Amino acid sequence: MKKILILLAALPIIGTAKGQEVRDLLQKVKVKYDMVNDYTATGKMKTNVIFIKAPVATVKVYYKRPDKLKIKNESGVSFIPKGSVNVNMNNVLGLSNYEAIPGGTEKISGTDCRVIKIFPLSDEESIARATLYIDEKQLLVMKSVISTKENGTYELLMAYKKFATYGLPDKVELTFNTKDYKLPKGITVDYDNGTSKDNADKLKNKKGKVEITYSDYQINKGVPDSVFK
Amino acid sequence: MFFTLLRIELFKIFKRPRTFIAFAAVAVIVILVQFALKINGKDFIQLYTDSQSDTFEIPYEKIQNGYFVCVAVLHLILIHVPLLVALIAGDMISGEANLGTLRLLAGKPVTRQQIILAKFFASTVYVVMLLVWMALFALLGSILLFGSEDLVIFKETDLHIIKSHDVLWRFFAAFVFAALALTTIAALALMFSTFSDNSLGPIVATVCVVIVFTIIQQLKVPVFEETVNPWSFTTHMLGWKGFFYVEKTADGETINGSIENPVALIKSSLVLMGYIFLFLLISIRYFNKKDILS
Repeated sequence: MKKILILLAALPIIGTAKGQEVRDLLQKVKVKYDMVNDYTATGKMKTNVIFIKAPVATVKVYYKRPDKLKIKNESGVSFIPKGSVNVNMNNVLGLSNYEAIPGGTEKISGTDCRVIKIFPLSDEESIARATLYIDEKQLLVMKSVISTKENGTYELLMAYKKFATYGLPDKVELTFNTKDYKLPKGITVDYDNGTSKDNADKLKNKKGKVEITYSDYQINKGVPDSVFK
Repeated sequence: MFFTLLRIELFKIFKRPRTFIAFAAVAVIVILVQFALKINGKDFIQLYTDSQSDTFEIPYEKIQNGYFVCVAVLHLILIHVPLLVALIAGDMISGEANLGTLRLLAGKPVTRQQIILAKFFASTVYVVMLLVWMALFALLGSILLFGSEDLVIFKETDLHIIKSHDVLWRFFAAFVFAALALTTIAALALMFSTFSDNSLGPIVATVCVVIVFTIIQQLKVPVFEETVNPWSFTTHMLGWKGFFYVEKTADGETINGSIENPVALIKSSLVLMGYIFLFLLISIRYFNKKDILS
């Protein structure tokens, strides 16, 4: 009986110790990501949303610490998901008031990752909760699932290569919730080529995916604020 | 002899001031739409993008380019152009009957079939010239005013983004198809024109037929969608839009140079050609037997 009581009394202490351990890990990852003050990257963006037919776009991605991120298609038209700001890991790593809970380990793209669930405590944060999958050896976020208060859930899958030392991915896959595509009736007067009826049922409540493959990063060379306006 | 007849018919068409009402109307409509989109283009685009503005950054300024404006102009204008075509083609035979020159024409050493064909081809030339005029104002004018960018096409079920270098040939094909569609209207108006001795009847009849079938098409009720619409020429006249619907890969990537279901476009072209042939056949048969009393 005594043993059980001691064990029960020790549980919160063990929990706190584990919480501190994941906070330490997050701090180490943040230190690594903080090496980058700003960057300009070029890449190819592929949009895979059920109701959008879009060509592969050449995009420029601008980032400035702590939370400025802009994706621009400089030679064409692209519909860029608003959740793409979450490509910037500082949105989660930069939180100061949060609760972190260990969630075990999981393999992401063949790499063993620590799963950490993060709950911001401040009401002002746009993030409701986030789950990070961290490669402990390289201190890299391999995957993140971010639930926002207003714009649904975003899932990010990162692949690192040349710029892993800065915590910058070579490829990012952003999966997000899409809303039903609706137009006022009769506004388009479409030509009926027999495909509309096949498509109609497929369009409801599907996830969208955007894939950015980076070809070049210019790190810490300065990015003017005017880019983000 | 046929070409002389055709030249005379073209001379008659372009001698009448009413012919140029259509050209003036097209120019005014195009300029008004361009002006409206220059001032309130963003509001216009928001009509289409409203459901997605929470999820995506909408590049309003880039969407509002010359190609987009031209498609918007064509979308608004091509529904009403049949009226302008009917004004000319509906007057081809009945106008002459009304003026008392039909008997004179029929007395020439040409067959009645040649008369109908010359009048039909003259109407077709008028249609083509009207479309060239439209292309000049709507396409060239819009590119000059708004510049060129990738083209975004909003359909009821999805939206298509076409690279700017893949757009011009689509406009060319769309104008050719529109010419075929409007020629169908010209043939219909000419057919009605052979039945009448005054111009108003054929013009009104043509416009009424177009309105009735357009309304039936827009009702989108199964009883008409399964029976009338697949064979209604107003359904197939919208085929010009089909050149702006693109195909995509499994990853959602637009395929350059592709058309979504080209077979449907071929079918639409054949249906329209069938109607032209049918209307011409009826016109020739009726005109061959017609007692020309005036």
